[in-house]
Order: sequence, then C-alpha cells, then structure tokens
Amino acid sequence: MTNQVKAPHIVKAFSEELEQLSADVAAMGGLAESLVSDALQAAATRDGDLAAEVVARDAQVDAMQRDIEKKIIRLLALRHPIAQDLRVCIAALKIVTDLERVGDLAKSIARRVPTLNDSEPTAFAASVDRMGKLVLSHIHEVLDAYVTGETARAVAVWERDDDVDEHYNALFRELVRAMRDDHAMIGPGAHLLFIAKNLERIGDHATNIAEVIHYLVTGSELASERPRGPRPEQTV
Amino acid sequence: MAYDTNPAPSTVYHPAPPGMQIKVAARDLSVTYGDALALDRVQIDIPDRSVTACIGPSGCGKSTFLRCINRMNDTIDTARVRGSIKIDGEEVNDRSIDPVLLRARVGMVFQKPNPFPKTIFENVAYGPRIHGLAANKDELAAIVETSLTKAGLWKEVADRLHQPGTSLSGGQQQRLVIARAIAVNPEVILMDEPCSALDPIATARIEELIDELRENYALIIVTHSMAQAARVSQMTAFFHLGALVEYGPTEEIFTNPRDQRTQDYITGRFG
Ligand SMILES: Nc1ncnc2c1ncn2[C@@H]1O[C@H](COP(=O)(O)OP(=O)(O)OP(=O)(O)O)[C@@H](O)[C@H]1O
Ligand SMILES: [Mg+2]
Repeated sequence: MTNQVKAPHIVKAFSEELEQLSADVAAMGGLAESLVSDALQAAATRDGDLAAEVVARDAQVDAMQRDIEKKIIRLLALRHPIAQDLRVCIAALKIVTDLERVGDLAKSIARRVPTLNDSEPTAFAASVDRMGKLVLSHIHEVLDAYVTGETARAVAVWERDDDVDEHYNALFRELVRAMRDDHAMIGPGAHLLFIAKNLERIGDHATNIAEVIHYLVTGSELASERPRGPRPEQTV
Repeated sequence: MAYDTNPAPSTVYHPAPPGMQIKVAARDLSVTYGDALALDRVQIDIPDRSVTACIGPSGCGKSTFLRCINRMNDTIDTARVRGSIKIDGEEVNDRSIDPVLLRARVGMVFQKPNPFPKTIFENVAYGPRIHGLAANKDELAAIVETSLTKAGLWKEVADRLHQPGTSLSGGQQQRLVIARAIAVNPEVILMDEPCSALDPIATARIEELIDELRENYALIIVTHSMAQAARVSQMTAFFHLGALVEYGPTEEIFTNPRDQRTQDYITGRFG
C-alpha cells in the first residue's frame, strides 16, 4: 500500500507478505466492485446473460476470501504482527468479510434480472440505476482510499452514506405508492424494492470499509454510530 | 557529548491509566560513563503495583536506567549520575540513603541467574538475616518458606533445601534469585532480561510469577522480547540512544505507537 511508505522489515519476507496481503484485498475489492457494476448493468439493460455471469463469478469472490483469510491466519501465527502490522492484518480480515457480502448482494441483484425481464420495464428502473451508480461510486472510493491510504477519502464516503439512505427512502416510498395504485406493479415493484435494499446494504459495507481504513491508518476508531434518519420500514 | 548543550530529548507520553500511584520518578536523569552519555535527561513516572517494561535496541541505556534505581552505578568508577530519581518521593542519591538498605528495598534479578555458592536455604535466608528481619531460627525458616512459595519454587525444593543453589536448573535458579529478592520485603523489583536464558516453560513460570508479584510490588523489567513485554507489562518505556522516546500503557505502545522510532523498533523495521 502506497500509504505505508515506511521502512521495510529487517525480515524481508515479512514485508513482502504484508504487501501481498494488501494487494490481494485490493484485487478482491476490484472483483467485488465489478460484480456490483455488472449486476447493475444487467438490470439496466435487461441482459440475462450478463446477470447469469455475475451469479457465477460470485464464487470467485468467496474463494478469494477463503484464500486471504488463510494467509492472515498464517501471518498471525508465524509472524506475530503488532502495531501497524497487526492493523494491516485485522483490517484485511474485516474488509474481506465486507467484500464477500458485497459480492453476495451483487449476486442477489443479478438473480432478480430474469424475473424483471418477464414483465414490462418500469419507470423506476432508472431511479434504481441512479442509486446503484451512487453506491458503486462509494465502493470505488473506499477501495481507492484503501490502496492509497487516504483516510480523508474514506471518511468522506462514510459521511456521504446518508445520501444512499435518502435515495433508498425516497425510492421505497414511491414504489410502495405505485404498487398500491397499480397492482400490476406489485411483481416488478417487489423485486426493485429488494434490489434497492441490497444496494443500500452495499452502501453500508462501503461505510464499514471506510471505518476500517480509518482504523488501519490512524489506529483510532471513527465514531461508532453515525446519526441516522428514520428507516423507511419504520415510517411507512 | 555535552548533554546540557543539546536540546532535551522529547518523549511521547501516553496518558497513564487513572488511579495509578507513582512509585519511582525520574527527572532529568542522565548518566555518563567517562565522556560517553548513556542516559539523556530521562523523565518518567513508574507506577506502583504494576509491571513496567523497558525496551529498546542494545546499548540504548536500559540497564543503565535500572542501575540508577538501586544505585548500582555507584559500583562503576566511570559512571556519573545527574538529575533526580525518587522512590516514594525520596531522593535515591541523597547522602542519607544507605546503598545497602536501598538494595534491599530495590531487589534486582539479572539475565544470568546468580545464586550464591551456598545452599538453597542460605541463598534465601542470607538477606533477612543480615537485615535482622527474623528474631529466631523458626522465623527465619518461615521467611524462607514463604519467599520460596511466592517464587513458585517451594514444592520443587522443599525436600532439598540444603543442597547447593547451583544444583538447580536455570529456570529454578532464576526463581531462587527472585525468592532471595522477595525475602527482604522489597518495594521495587528490577529484572534485567530475566528470561533470556530460559526455555518457554521456565519463561512462562517466571512470567506467571511476575504477574502475581505485581499485586504487591512495582516491577521494572528489561526485555528484548516484544512478545514478553506485551504479555507481562502494563506500562512500556521505549529507550533509544539514551533517550526515553515513548512511554505509556503497553496496550497503546503495542497497538498504536506514536513515535516512528518506536514503530520501527517494535515491528522489526530498519530505523
Ligand atoms: N560499565 C560501563 N562502562 C562504560 N560504558 C558503559 C558501561 N555500561 C554501559 N556502558 C555504555 O552505556 C551505554 C548503555 O549501556 P546499557 O548497558 O545501559 O545498554 P542496554 O540498553 O542495557 O543494552 P543491552 O540491551 O545490550 O543490555 C552503552 O553505550 C554502553 O556501551
Ligand atoms: Mg542491558
């Protein structure tokens, strides 16, 4: 990681293993991000083949998580990392857990594409896609921040998660109203709701990763709970 | 090196856990050997009833610092100590302090176990006898037994008290030396790399003992094992080139050290 322009370890292999670990996490991040992006594209373009491909590719994310976890356990057992080195390991462990979830959520979005394709396109698809792009930009930002060690960028994403929540809340209300007014909307509307919920979850994982980056770089925690508005589930 | 012409070395001080009572306090404590500066204006407050680990590269002044606390530097001709070092607010270097009594109050355990060439019993009984801590033979025997028990050695030596101390294994000898230090009711126990000659089991025994002793004493331990410092101590002091670079709760030093030199040293990087 470029943020860690610091003296190398006297034991070279230790430095190499930590660098490899960070590179692996970044690579897994890239893959998870591409799953989200492709799932969104599959939904927007009603592309069933691309959706199927996303579902299949999620297995790679899971495999990477297992591989990285093994490497971390080995590092902990054999190198006894402390201070910043320990943080690199713990951060990697937490981030791959979030990324694995992101992959799952992308898969779950992709799985809905064939069913949505069975019904007529709705005006809400564009709104879902906008929300998706926003979430995608958050994932992209935190992963960049991880690679460069720029805490400020991570914190900025963390603070912007409210935008995702607002987007979700608005979409939730509109979809519920549309489903009430037009029963033909209930089928596609339910699926879009789940997609929006999945996107909102992906946004949460991006903020988790932002918190981990802050801890990784500074050694201290971001405030544990951000002030949140009411959940739509609580308001409708 | 003329120490008083350079700016004083700065120290990163992490806030100490609240409620810790200070046992040993150093202010502007410097030591020179001839012209060579070995300790440079150290400021530190060491809490009672806890373990403070001194870490740092070879030659950084850890042993020199320990020797200030029981005035062992007096025994080195070229050594000159300046500044203040107090135990319970009382100046250690004051003329009124008897170094022999001081060394009973401040016990010391070295890297190489150094039992006297006497029996196990005599090793422990010697201190209490010369300091007049026992009124009679029974009391002396009782002190020997409690000290050996506290040092976790009693069960192993109860039936061989009159064999030579040197007949014990290295780890047992180290616990014998600790029993000898405890026997004179010390207030502070200094340990200079006490486990570096011991296997992991003997090391674990000493570490367990250190953990028990901290209920009653202030312990200051020099160690080259970062893992040991992390395991046994509540406070950690990092020395570098004679200066105290960083001092604070062990948990903080080992998870989030503030000074780059501390980071590099504890994580095994080139400094
Ligand atoms: N008796 C002495 N006479 C002269 N110089 C000494 C003496 N003892 C120590 N020094 C010097 O003082 C400096 C600090 O030595 P000290 O023994 O305190 O280091 P240390 O941190 O305990 O090292 P180590 O980890 O190797 O035991 C060193 O440069 C050392 O060479
Ligand atoms: Mg030494």
